[in-house]
Amino acid sequence: MQRNALPRLMHAASTRPLSLAQHEEVFATTQRPASLIDELDASGLTGRGGAGFPTAIKARLIREQRGHKFVVVNAMEGEPASHKDQTMLSTHPQLVLDGAEYLASIIGAKDVAVCVARDNPTIVNHMERAIHERSRRSLRGPKLELHTPPWRYVAGEESALVHWLDDNESLPQFRVSRPHVLRIGHAPVLVDNAETCANVGLIGRFGAEWYRGLGTSKSPGSALVSVTGAVRHPIVLEVSLGTPLREILASAEADTNPQAVLLGGYGGSWLAGEHLDLGYCNEELGLHGVVTGAGVIVVLPRNACGVVETWRVVRWMANESARQCGPCAFGLPALGEDLKHLSTASRDPLGAFKRLEERLGEIDGRGACRHPDGVVRFVRSALSVFEHDFNNHAHAHACAASRATTHYASVPHLEREEELVWE
Amino acid sequence: MGVRRRSGSFILQVNPILCDGFGHCGELAPELVTMDEWGYPIITAEPTPYNDARVHESARYAERGCPRQALRIRRVSD
Repeated sequence: MQRNALPRLMHAASTRPLSLAQHEEVFATTQRPASLIDELDASGLTGRGGAGFPTAIKARLIREQRGHKFVVVNAMEGEPASHKDQTMLSTHPQLVLDGAEYLASIIGAKDVAVCVARDNPTIVNHMERAIHERSRRSLRGPKLELHTPPWRYVAGEESALVHWLDDNESLPQFRVSRPHVLRIGHAPVLVDNAETCANVGLIGRFGAEWYRGLGTSKSPGSALVSVTGAVRHPIVLEVSLGTPLREILASAEADTNPQAVLLGGYGGSWLAGEHLDLGYCNEELGLHGVVTGAGVIVVLPRNACGVVETWRVVRWMANESARQCGPCAFGLPALGEDLKHLSTASRDPLGAFKRLEERLGEIDGRGACRHPDGVVRFVRSALSVFEHDFNNHAHAHACAASRATTHYASVPHLEREEELVWE
Repeated sequence: MGVRRRSGSFILQVNPILCDGFGHCGELAPELVTMDEWGYPIITAEPTPYNDARVHESARYAERGCPRQALRIRRVSD
């Protein structure tokens, strides 16, 4: 494997997942690092699931705990616009498992739980086969087990996932303070995203020095991005962190002169189209209050209405609330209602606009998980990026685009509350 | 006199999963708690010194008076 070249995570990727033998051949190496945790520290890897927390710090926190421990590989991929985890698992399942085993040896865990949403049977199959291959090869190493929780937006949130493994309910848990050690029974749990695990797999084989060959000094390595919206085909790309957004859009064959792009995911932020020269990494995007998050880019062309797109996403996110906390269960649908009146510019849109701004301040930071905070951030970014449109809509001048029937931020079918599955 | 002086400060913290919006805390500790439009408490994030005996007492009433036992007084290091 070359140090300065892509692809890494998608190296030798084909339409079929690599078998264990093929995997060992493709990622063959002679120099294995001596101390995994030090390499992980030096690599500067940050989590790819959304929060972007340094993986080594998280691993050290669990490593200090005593007793029986778990590593949980989170491939739930709750973001509707994200396809990177399923791409990872359907090309290099063994690399992800490599990473999970390295993490298990770092923290001293005897069990690895791989979590894939049961709604995606192909990926479940790939994973079953990959785990079976490993267990046939040797009896050493941690015990690998596949788990298939239901697919919900918040089911991939780490406390909800651990809750499911512990007690069969995909509901987020309340944490008194952070960082907080999640537990299955009494056993501490390290939860890492599937792409993070794949990166750990690479670091464990080639070392931190090699890993830093791509990316910036603060955001080293490469990342997978799912580009959807105004693109020829929805696509998952591997990019070196720090690559200008314009270049990413060009190689995805997307609209390179868009009105705005949505970054991070549906709990992420809109970024106006004139900032496409920014590099795709947190230190540059952070200047505009945007993060790379779960690696989602939704491209919104100039002929679309940002108000309507925002409303559709918020309506779906409100429906995906676990309805445990009042501010989320009542607040998010209320935001959705306000945005609906604004989108259609009917029934006192100006009143709705003012109410919306007040409610945003009320909801922020008041749930057990970050689901409501994500929606608030998303709406706030929409208010600043589409300021002009929101003002027009508020004064009952709905734009022509708001009546269009094509939408760019795709949302799944809205289920009725009683149809939602949590166990 | 007879009053124990304590150093440090505290915050009143709600477990939003347990909270069902009974609203007792808003009545018992109006210094710390306001209600949102759905009747759930918005609690000030600002730490209160334990020296402020009146507010501390209200906070304790709120903690004990919550029908869902969703409130806790938590010491914050400063």
